[in-house]
Amino acid sequence: MLTWVPIGVTIGFAALVVAIMVTINRLVAPRHRSPVKDLPFECGNPPSGSAWGRFSVHFYLVAILFLVFDVEVILLIPWAAEIRRLAGFGLGEALIFIAVLVVGLVYAWQRGALDWD
Amino acid sequence: MPLWLFVFLAALAVLAALGVVLQRNPVHCLMALVVVLLDLAVMFIGLGAVTVGFLQAIVYVGAIMVLFLFVIWLLNLQTEERRVAGSIGLRFFGAVGAAALVAELCVFVVKAPSTAGLSHVPPTFGSIGAIAEALFTDYLIAFEATSLLLLVAVIGAVALARRATASRTRSPVPVSPAVHEQIGARQ
Amino acid sequence: MAVDLVIAAIRAVVMLLLVLNLSAILLWFERKGSALIQDRIGANRAAILGVGARLGLPNLGIVNTLLADPIKMFTKEDFVPAGADHFLHGLAPFLALFPVLVTFAVIPIGDTVTIGAHTFDLVAADFNDAALYVLASIGIGVYGIALGGWASNNRWALLGGIRASAQMISYEIAMGLAIVAVVATYGTLSLQAIVREQGGVWFGWLPRWGIILQPIAFLLLFTAGMAESKRVPFDLPESESELVAGYFTEYSGGKQAVFMLTDFAEVALVAMLVTTFFFGGWQVPWLYRDGFHLPGGALVSIPYWAVVVLGVVAFWIKTIFFCWLQILIRWTLPRFRYDQLMRFGWKLLVPIGLLNLIVTAVVVVMAGS
Repeated sequence: MLTWVPIGVTIGFAALVVAIMVTINRLVAPRHRSPVKDLPFECGNPPSGSAWGRFSVHFYLVAILFLVFDVEVILLIPWAAEIRRLAGFGLGEALIFIAVLVVGLVYAWQRGALDWD
Repeated sequence: MPLWLFVFLAALAVLAALGVVLQRNPVHCLMALVVVLLDLAVMFIGLGAVTVGFLQAIVYVGAIMVLFLFVIWLLNLQTEERRVAGSIGLRFFGAVGAAALVAELCVFVVKAPSTAGLSHVPPTFGSIGAIAEALFTDYLIAFEATSLLLLVAVIGAVALARRATASRTRSPVPVSPAVHEQIGARQ
Repeated sequence: MAVDLVIAAIRAVVMLLLVLNLSAILLWFERKGSALIQDRIGANRAAILGVGARLGLPNLGIVNTLLADPIKMFTKEDFVPAGADHFLHGLAPFLALFPVLVTFAVIPIGDTVTIGAHTFDLVAADFNDAALYVLASIGIGVYGIALGGWASNNRWALLGGIRASAQMISYEIAMGLAIVAVVATYGTLSLQAIVREQGGVWFGWLPRWGIILQPIAFLLLFTAGMAESKRVPFDLPESESELVAGYFTEYSGGKQAVFMLTDFAEVALVAMLVTTFFFGGWQVPWLYRDGFHLPGGALVSIPYWAVVVLGVVAFWIKTIFFCWLQILIRWTLPRFRYDQLMRFGWKLLVPIGLLNLIVTAVVVVMAGS
């Protein structure tokens, strides 16, 4: 209880402060709309086509590599916190775990998934 | 966790889950799903499984939902039009599936053991030490198998993305190798 | 109990106010500091009724950056481009700054304090999984930038948002690996406990700071943290010469101020994390609960309240030092190219992080048995 009250207060207070900063302009600032002004910025030209296009599959690869290694880091944290108690056996298991994922990293590396051109 | 908090979180989870299903803009759906998952994380923490709650937030909200967002971008999904009707067969199977799910839930709720019969968990329950111990003793095989699963995910993604990039046409402008060397570009 | 709860709430609010003020001061620091580095004068015009000039004081630009700029920002028109997703466009700045501010709740800024019958640590919330809390809120921070770029209906913004999210998630791995190595060294996830472990000395003179045990993790965390804050040399998501302003191209006024404040809050966060993990947090070298135990063996006794105050002062000095270091780096280095950025993250930081973790683990287990 004593742990979570300050977290709750922090969350509430931070949310309030940020919400005020995001909405204050809407309340105090002028707002004059015009069709030309509302155009998205494209270096002075009228924008052509939709802004949302498809993008390189590389970003998807980065995301999935991130997911894999994030899960790895997360699964290693309980081990790291208890590393002394788990001792040699835990170390061996964790090293096998890391080794398998290093294989994944090396594979992605070899296949050029980490290169950008 | 006090009852009012649980009721609030449960109601929020149901509302957000409805938002996932009913909204038509995929990114709005995704944000609703983020709310559901964060809500579940807070519930875990409230029920004493503090570490699991944070792991839920890190893995699901911080990683898997980001991957979903990338997939939405990759496929350039836009707001979907409300379709008037699907095929009759699809609707029939949808209805049967939904009914089966509801029936299953009802059975589950009726057969759930009463809270009076539950034993108290030890005070270390849900702590990082307990999780480490469980991971490295009872669930050792599952733990190691997870790494293999993740490895398969990497290999699958790399293989799929390679096929996609290999079929893409290269720039037709010939560039001399010297230029390549100079700008450090890779073949 | 009720008083304890009120104290806990006050700690949380005070910490947030301190951080918001530090972020604002960093804005001034950045403008005047960059002027100093580039041999310019910097902000020096705004003044209130010319009071400073009449007294013969130089204009340090404080009125400019801490008063005139915010007033200007918060009274600008709130612009949302046509075709943008209004809801997400407004939500994005909120989602950018909010997770960063929330993270500060677990940073310890001082030792235990006793007022009357109430004893508490000078940290808003200390619990066993604090390091996980830090990782979780940093992970959630991706959404603000990603959605800001996506919701603007602008090519530059979308490109900036995609770049930013790919960059942030890439460097999160290195950051996570550095934190795992620190956790393995100290065997705890509580930041206050990690700071306590760093008290005392080796060989009678060397402070037991984490930098000595984990120098590589320090470099990893500091570098990855700078990349997370998306400032030069990692400012590709908002590189003005390529992408106009990246993900906040279509933002004005308060929302844009929130994105800027996010950058500075992240600078402060990285400085505090580095201080906490590697530079002893609020520990002062040779200072114990009863006073200074100097290397020669001499004891300078000082009262406990002075020890606590010195600790808090030390924490802020270290934090401001690392903020300054980041601003110095930001105004010294040129920007990375995108392929260099990704290569640096995945091919250098991640392997080093893994290697560092393995070596740390082996050494810790060997030392333990």
